[in-house]
Amino acid sequence: MYEKEIGMTTPELKPNGEKSRIGVYICHCGTNIAKTVDVEALREFAEKLPDVVAARTYKFVCSDPGQKMIRDDIQDPDLKVNRVVFVGCTPRLHEMTFRKVISEAGLNEYYLQVANIREHVSWVTPDKEEGTEKAKALLAGAVRRVHEHEALEQRRVPVNPDVLIVGGGIAGITAALTIADAGKKVYLVEREPSIGGYMAKFDKTFPTLDCSACILTPKMSSVKSHPNITLWAYSEVAEVDGYVGNFKIKIRRKPRYVDEDTCAGCYDCVEACVFKKPKFPDEFEVGMGLRKPIYIPFPQATPLKAVIDPNTCLQLTTGKCKQSCAEVCSKNSINFDQVEEIKEIEVGTVILATGFKAFDPVRSPEYGYGKYDNVYTSVEVERLCNAAGPTGGNVVLRDGTTPKSIAIVHCVGSRDKKTNAWCSRACCMYSLKLAHLVKERTDGEVFNFYIDMRTPGKSYEEFYDKILDEGVHFIRGRAAEVRNWALDEAEEGKLVVRAEDSMMGVVRRIPVDMVILSVGLEPHEDANEVARMFNMSCGTEGWFTERHPKLAPVHTFTDGVFIAGACQGPKDIPDSVSQAGAAASEVLALIDKGYIELEPNTAFIDEDKCSGCHTCIALCPYTAISFNEEKGKAEINEALCKGCGTCVAACPAGAAQQHHFTDDQIYEEIEGVLEYV
Amino acid sequence: MEGTDMKYIYYPGCSASGTGRGYEESTLPVFEELGIEMVTLEDWNCCGATAYMSVDEAKAFALSARNLALAEDQFPDMDEVHIVAPCAACYLGLLKAKKYIDTDPKIGGTIRKALQSAELDYTGRAKVRHPLDVLVNDYGLDKLKEKVKRPLTGLKVAAYYGCQIVRPYSDFDEGHDPQTMDQVLEVLGVEAIEWPHKTRCCGGAQTWSSDPFLELVWIILKDAIGSGGDAVATACPMCQFNLECFQNKIRAKFDYQKKIPVVYFTQLMGLALGIDANKLGMNRLFERLELPASV
Amino acid sequence: MTEWFEQPAIDQSRADQNFPNEITEKSWGETLRSCIQCGNCTGTCPLSDIMDYGPRRIIAMIRAGFRDEVLKSNTPWICASCYECTVECPKEIKITDVMYALKQRALEAGTVPAGNYNPVLAKEFFNLVMKRGRNNEVFLMMFTVLKTNWFKGLDLAPVGIKLLAQGRMPIFEAGIQMGTGKKGDLKKILDACEVCEN
Repeated sequence: MYEKEIGMTTPELKPNGEKSRIGVYICHCGTNIAKTVDVEALREFAEKLPDVVAARTYKFVCSDPGQKMIRDDIQDPDLKVNRVVFVGCTPRLHEMTFRKVISEAGLNEYYLQVANIREHVSWVTPDKEEGTEKAKALLAGAVRRVHEHEALEQRRVPVNPDVLIVGGGIAGITAALTIADAGKKVYLVEREPSIGGYMAKFDKTFPTLDCSACILTPKMSSVKSHPNITLWAYSEVAEVDGYVGNFKIKIRRKPRYVDEDTCAGCYDCVEACVFKKPKFPDEFEVGMGLRKPIYIPFPQATPLKAVIDPNTCLQLTTGKCKQSCAEVCSKNSINFDQVEEIKEIEVGTVILATGFKAFDPVRSPEYGYGKYDNVYTSVEVERLCNAAGPTGGNVVLRDGTTPKSIAIVHCVGSRDKKTNAWCSRACCMYSLKLAHLVKERTDGEVFNFYIDMRTPGKSYEEFYDKILDEGVHFIRGRAAEVRNWALDEAEEGKLVVRAEDSMMGVVRRIPVDMVILSVGLEPHEDANEVARMFNMSCGTEGWFTERHPKLAPVHTFTDGVFIAGACQGPKDIPDSVSQAGAAASEVLALIDKGYIELEPNTAFIDEDKCSGCHTCIALCPYTAISFNEEKGKAEINEALCKGCGTCVAACPAGAAQQHHFTDDQIYEEIEGVLEYV
Repeated sequence: MEGTDMKYIYYPGCSASGTGRGYEESTLPVFEELGIEMVTLEDWNCCGATAYMSVDEAKAFALSARNLALAEDQFPDMDEVHIVAPCAACYLGLLKAKKYIDTDPKIGGTIRKALQSAELDYTGRAKVRHPLDVLVNDYGLDKLKEKVKRPLTGLKVAAYYGCQIVRPYSDFDEGHDPQTMDQVLEVLGVEAIEWPHKTRCCGGAQTWSSDPFLELVWIILKDAIGSGGDAVATACPMCQFNLECFQNKIRAKFDYQKKIPVVYFTQLMGLALGIDANKLGMNRLFERLELPASV
Repeated sequence: MTEWFEQPAIDQSRADQNFPNEITEKSWGETLRSCIQCGNCTGTCPLSDIMDYGPRRIIAMIRAGFRDEVLKSNTPWICASCYECTVECPKEIKITDVMYALKQRALEAGTVPAGNYNPVLAKEFFNLVMKRGRNNEVFLMMFTVLKTNWFKGLDLAPVGIKLLAQGRMPIFEAGIQMGTGKKGDLKKILDACEVCEN
């Protein structure tokens, strides 16, 4: 069991009255800084500043010898450095490094100030004179500021070991199983009536040509039966409150109009529905098949429960239906009065694994999707290939005949400034896979139109080789258009793809029966809304923003919220599974540690100055401030406070102050800079 | 934009008195019949078409821009001076000059200085419009329908937009499946047929020069005929010339015996408004248009 | 016939590394280096199959600096300015504007392909407009044919005669006054361009 701790304090930490003995450490950063800043001149300048007892330069202060230099100065009985100024690269990179160094040397870690003369000086001007002058000013500011630093302590907040995972595709499923197997409780929330995501739609997966359902469904089944996993499908996140270790989240469970607890997934209701034949576009079949208003998404759906579509069900739209589904259900599971249910849960960490959306090629009109019958998207063709799909695994045209020539067009909605500028990473591989499957099923001539062939994984190039060997035709040239007019007899009645075969250096017109558009991956339409709910952001392309693209791909800038899979950026199944494992391990690491350390740069109220005007309370974006009726003063919950400074700026009395950003500290820094500017 | 109260500035272009005579001869009476006021731009000069830009970029923009500046100068009281250029090349030439001067400070600076050396200037008040744009967006199809006296029922026409009024800068219709001309024709009672080459290039100013270009024209004509068209309607004198004047050569080269009249959409408008065919320049066609009995 | 690229190795010393900059310096040419050589332009161009090099290859040649070969090709002169390439390019390269720039430089350098009417037509158009402020289709065709191939005149004669009979030959159409020195003088404006560009 963990303990809940809420801190409400008005501390009285002030500089402890001891004389500052400041050590200034200037980094060359190789030539990164030394090329545009005269570090030696800087050192001489620093030496002369009041209260500076040591000023040193070093090639790479962040290295072991560099760190030792600082530690030695702190522990030196003569120097007794008790305030440290690091002059070098951005604090985002090494502030933590040096805080650890001085802490290990016995000094409070907040007696450090960083002056950034790399990103703010050396990397923005080629002029050495100009650069050195600015560096001096920043250094002086840092020295004067560090004088006023207080000794601060981080607060520990316990982490709730329960986890929320949003999204039940392969990434969400993998993460859920890993975390549940480790003994933690997982809530897995999925928007669709069944988990499985896109992977449940595929026929085979590259490069092994494993049957997709065969490798996925055992995992789906494990999720369903796992004692530690609470699976809530057909549900969405409604509201998020709280902070890392202590989230309070509301989940909206959409009404199936079928009692999930009793439904046996026997299909009797679907058979009995007054709609004798399926009539409505089936979402799982991506419109290639039809369903009734009451349906079970697919035979391996998890949970295997019926769901009623309120937009097409006769009873729910008109109120007049003989309700044969309810009559026939032996468990009395049908309930037309069901309403949505809000579940409130408390978790310590969240993993977002909401996946991607396939590009709609209506946005690329030159390919005739929606205009010509036999132009398909790759996802639609996956359903054709799938034995459980609408055509029983046969690749056939709309009229049921088998195509003798098929074109596969790469990069539809990818690498295109008119639609999506990025490369969607998985499509070259799945285009090769479809080429293989389609050729196998139809024995036709297959033409892949590509710009570059991207095979960035293990055994992927081998797969390309295999497809080349099978006699699939590859034309290197972005397909310019798909049209239905004929230049000669051979083209009559066909779709004609025109492209430059840039390898041969000629323009070609290829008449085909069927065109498959390899559509790219894009973020979900509501990615921004979801991000905002979790206090995250989306990048310019619309994918969830990771903390660092190379070194922290599953962290977000919000502690306790992690991302995994295609929602972070387009990727294939192996990479999604890897990221899911990464996110799971980050979550387990947090839970194992048991606590979070909060930065102490939080705001506090000086009660003597507070007049109880309420201004700060409404302004706090984190609802961290409340009003203490008895005292008639505002109170800040340190655990919720993120140190944004809004209340501090707004308080008319100057009662709201911020640790590590007090007025004195800020003014000293400004004075220091202005003195030398 | 409210319709007929606005006064438009008519920019004829060099073809209007030459190969494109039928276009002007039909556009002016049609606009008059509809009550759309147009005043001819005084002292207008050539827009440069595509040929002038092949020689000198700055001069080409200045050439087009002088017309924009003249319009602004001649109508100082108008907040916006709307220039109507029926010829597609003129439309694009003037519009492109306007766009580049508006958005590129270097080009804009040079051209405006050049204009100012002759006491003219372009300040952005001049706008460039096409007759189709004016008809559909300002005048209104409903209003047009009321004016139709002689619906051209039973006439099947392939609406051919060509390149330059639909791309790349056109803001009144789009390039993959434009609709404005089809909409106008439908209001006249014409059946605007579905056909694949609404915006496929006719070869422009090169088609006269050598045989290989004829294939472009043949493709357009054969599928206009193949899709059931009795005539092709155009909005550009170059397109009209290319599609009309080489049909003999095409018959010879491609062993293709059919022929089809190529008219201006404004000529069809004139007929539907009850104006006599000879007053619309339709006597100047290589292939006369035979109206079906149902008209 | 051995084409220049069929040599055992391309003589790199022929490459002018500054050539692509002539395009990228222009505001409409900034995106030239983003070209991924996808070939969409050549694929969509209705005339690429009669060009020496399609637009994709021309851009590759420009980037590699092979000025001579580019300016000697017939590619810019076949281009009909239909803008399909520009509209469809996934990197938003203004290819039609690049073609115009190549035409301008080819005329300047005098390296136009033999037997192609369009450079001559462009020059005659330019001269006609300089003289009279407006084009005249009759004189334009006459001068172009006279300066290239008189037999072409014979080839076009049937069409010409028919146009004349239909009143579509603007033989007597006037231009506008050029070189008056007064307000709005087109000649003054055109001359000023050279000064104002620098």
